[in-house]
Amino acid sequence: MKIVVCVKQVPSSEARIVIDADNTGIRLDEVEMVVNPYDEYAVEEALRIREARGGGEVIIATVGPEKAQTEIRKCLAMGADRGVIVQDEAFLGGDGLGTARILADVIRALEPDLVLCGKLSIDVESDLVGVALAEQLGWAHASLVTKIEWTGDRQARVHREIEGGAELVEISLPAVLTAEKGLNEPRYASLKGIMAAKRKPIEVVRPNASPDEVNAAAAGVRTVSLAPPPARTGGKKFADEVEVAVPRVVELLRTEAKVL
Amino acid sequence: MAGRILVFVEQRDGILRKSAAEALGLAVRLGGEVHALLVGENVSALAAPLGASGAQTVHTVEDARLARYWSEGYTAALAAAIQTLQPDLVLLIATAMGKDLLARTAARLGLAVLTDCISLEEADGSFQAVKSMYGGKVFATVRATRKPAIASVRPSAYPVPAPMDRQAEVRPLAVDLPAEHRARVLEVVKQEEGELDVQEAEIIVSGGRGLKEPANFALIRALAGVFGAAVGASRAAVDAGWIDHSHQVGQTGKAVSPKLYVAVGISGAIQHLAGMRTSKCIVAINKDPDAPIFQVADYGIVGDLFKVVPAMVAEVKKVKQ
Repeated sequence: MKIVVCVKQVPSSEARIVIDADNTGIRLDEVEMVVNPYDEYAVEEALRIREARGGGEVIIATVGPEKAQTEIRKCLAMGADRGVIVQDEAFLGGDGLGTARILADVIRALEPDLVLCGKLSIDVESDLVGVALAEQLGWAHASLVTKIEWTGDRQARVHREIEGGAELVEISLPAVLTAEKGLNEPRYASLKGIMAAKRKPIEVVRPNASPDEVNAAAAGVRTVSLAPPPARTGGKKFADEVEVAVPRVVELLRTEAKVL
Repeated sequence: MAGRILVFVEQRDGILRKSAAEALGLAVRLGGEVHALLVGENVSALAAPLGASGAQTVHTVEDARLARYWSEGYTAALAAAIQTLQPDLVLLIATAMGKDLLARTAARLGLAVLTDCISLEEADGSFQAVKSMYGGKVFATVRATRKPAIASVRPSAYPVPAPMDRQAEVRPLAVDLPAEHRARVLEVVKQEEGELDVQEAEIIVSGGRGLKEPANFALIRALAGVFGAAVGASRAAVDAGWIDHSHQVGQTGKAVSPKLYVAVGISGAIQHLAGMRTSKCIVAINKDPDAPIFQVADYGIVGDLFKVVPAMVAEVKKVKQ
């Protein structure tokens, strides 16, 4: 079984994010970068599937600048076999549909049985690429997957998290599955894995699409401005005795906030 | 004026979801012709009453295979409606179904996409949204560069409108559904019977590490009970195994925007704030006066939650009588 896992390099969720002077971009130069946490669930699941079947190949696919190879290397250290990256600046800067188009081109050339990726990336959170990729490939998909039960070589029943419960979806390969938190616990790379990863190949590739079809100009959305979240001011804090504070707050909820 | 808006209204098991009215209410605010798309099996009876929420015309697509969500079937229906109606804006609420359907439809038709909008409006003839990025550390104002644009709006970001005395016109829409039913939903497993989902609740009471033990979630449930609220949780509580991930609010959980959010024993890490800072009213209960949660709380109680919560349960019960 050949599995491609789509992985994105993103700022760590702990990182301090600085908005640049003209308010349309983020300063990423001194920020700690990591593998998108949701993509880690996808990498882990691919490795488990390979282990369960006693063989197969796990390929990491990334669209991003050259320094994103660091994240591919981390996934190789976890146990993936090789990586491919589209890093030519001309293709970067587009929206989620542009990224999906690039990945579709790369993936078609690889001919995998299964594509796994995180449900969204924690940086721009467009929540688009995985499912858009399935449409581009003409494949079936299931998003928000929290469990995969294989019912055959090329068939699975997946749990898809929805409001108040889960859908049990029957799906056949080839397919795209997007991972939700809870799918698994990603492993830490061992020292042996980290050393082995240095020798695993990362290939630089180009999509069939032209830059004009996938770049910022082609994107259906543009950023007007970025700002820190609006401050919530005027909050009241009560440190009184419980018998005083609680009735006061409940009264304010009723009369001032009018939420009761 | 927004021109023509096509609203996808979600139903499950033959019942309209709260998101349906939220989306229609927003469409009415944006102005213009409001069309709704209703997809399912035997759902036509739900159509005309959507007029009360603002739909002028409801287009129905009915088939046995559409009884439950089917990504490619629903995408075919929405794509057909977009091609027939040529709207300026396609609007959905960012539920599990809405997000999935938007992505597949947008990719099929190459639409301009605005996802998980906290707010959506028209500016200089384009559709413009504010969305949260980088785990809530950045609020981005983004604009669709062409029409039709397709947008998903965060659940509860906009209120359910007051019902109007109106019935919608109902028109069946014929759609060529895919021959093969791929990714078929076999069944739906409910989380806990009768439990309010965090993303559909008007009030949420959330518990965090300050509860000390999983058994103490009973305090949260008791307070949620008197408020008629859903139960939420911080990542710390979920990672400790105290409660299921479906209750998690925050960057790697759900983003919510209820009218009241009560954070109990939650310090207010930035990743948690990312999921709830757009709530209309925030109450925080924490024994640490310097807990970051107090920076976003409208009303903060510095105290022992094991005393404060039972007192609040009693007080809310009293007030509601």
